[in-house]
Amino acid sequence: MSTDTNTAVETKRASLFSKKNRKLLKDPLDDSNPITVQVLGICSALAITVQLQQAVIMSLSVLFVMIGGNVIISLLRNMVPDRIRIIVQLVVVASLVIIVDQVLKAFQPDISEKLSVFVGLIITNCIIMGRLEAFALGNKPGPSLLDAIGNAMGYAWILLVVSIVREIFGSGAISLPGMGQVKFLPTSWFISEGGFYENNNLMILPPMALITVGLIIWIQRSRNEALIEEN
Amino acid sequence: MAINKNGTGYTFGFAIVMVVVVGTALAATAISLKPLQQANAADKKMMDILGAIKVDSQRDNAKELFAEYVTSRVSIDASGAQVSVKQGDVSTTDATDPFNIDIKKDYRLHKPAKGDLTWANADDLTFPVFECQKEGETYFVVPMVGSGLWGPIWGYVALEGDMQTIYGAKFDHKTETPGLGAEIKESFFTEKFEGKTLAEVGPTYFSVLKGGALTDVHSVDGITGGTITSKGVDEMLNRTMGIYLKYFNNATQRAQR
Repeated sequence: MSTDTNTAVETKRASLFSKKNRKLLKDPLDDSNPITVQVLGICSALAITVQLQQAVIMSLSVLFVMIGGNVIISLLRNMVPDRIRIIVQLVVVASLVIIVDQVLKAFQPDISEKLSVFVGLIITNCIIMGRLEAFALGNKPGPSLLDAIGNAMGYAWILLVVSIVREIFGSGAISLPGMGQVKFLPTSWFISEGGFYENNNLMILPPMALITVGLIIWIQRSRNEALIEEN
Repeated sequence: MAINKNGTGYTFGFAIVMVVVVGTALAATAISLKPLQQANAADKKMMDILGAIKVDSQRDNAKELFAEYVTSRVSIDASGAQVSVKQGDVSTTDATDPFNIDIKKDYRLHKPAKGDLTWANADDLTFPVFECQKEGETYFVVPMVGSGLWGPIWGYVALEGDMQTIYGAKFDHKTETPGLGAEIKESFFTEKFEGKTLAEVGPTYFSVLKGGALTDVHSVDGITGGTITSKGVDEMLNRTMGIYLKYFNNATQRAQR
């Protein structure tokens, strides 16, 4: 009897990391990355990648909303009336976003101020609505969870890379959560302190984020032949 | 009996249940996090007031520094008469504490008519002023709220002991245009106010002028490209000072007697 349950658990575990499920996690990181391949969620990716710390908090917020939304919608998938399914998705996402916003205001007031409207704008982030409509509505909670993690991570790593590049070249520093901003160069080297090093303000401005994302797409496509389009 | 998932009744039922569940969950979150959020807002307010008298503070030491520098919290009415005075620790739950007067809310409810420099129904309102001691000098910090181009702007102006000279100013905004109106919060703008004085007679006590104009001791240069926001700062200063100068004049007369 006990061996039976053991095997049952094992098969379940095996199926959780089956090839199909691994694909759910891995694909959004590269082959179907929400930002670089599907070009979704660009707005927030450009706006909040000035500092690493903001990007980390934003990524965590999107991860939470994505997982919550995908799992809840997947659980409700057989109950949601077809005619109002988009509204139901919107309500679920909106309430999760409000919860994130309230929690940030309570525990991370400074970051909440810097992210300002962009937390609220997670609601309109196409990645989330897209995954709910395309995946969660037709799949069980388990795979939906993996799909959510995969897509949120696909969003997150682009955000982190862009923000690291922009912060290093734009502010000569890197801000680690909980450690404040760590400067790479001695403070006296900066022009504002009488030194010779001038920060590249262009990196701070949104166009440079777009160019950075463009560079990532370039590198990604030159490495991954599946993404090269035929003329 | 199989439920028709696409029937109108089911759809309505689903929507109603969903709204009730979501509403309850959100209300519970908001209520349980409110004390923390209020504490954060109070810390921020203390930091802003301290900023106006040029004391640098962080969230974790705002409370101590506030207790150290701010000697009393006074509320006045629209005629400039003193209503109440509080000293000692700030209590965020005590409604009579001038620290808790929500001037943003008051401004929203008593918005003056366009081009008018007086509050609507100002008699119902009380206004807070913070008396501070720093290095033996007395300063008065006056909070103010107004309208920018897109949304509310607010600030704290510290007056020196003579109640005329501006010692420091700090402005902030909710949604002004980055790079244009939003620059009111930057130090290059607020530093221009330092050392300037308020005119003795109104209604124009101080002016924020349109770019490039010559400025005198009662005016500063506004922000290029941020004309409406600059005008908002101008209006906010004059409307607020109109009330506070009555109080300050009363106080000076009292002192001379």
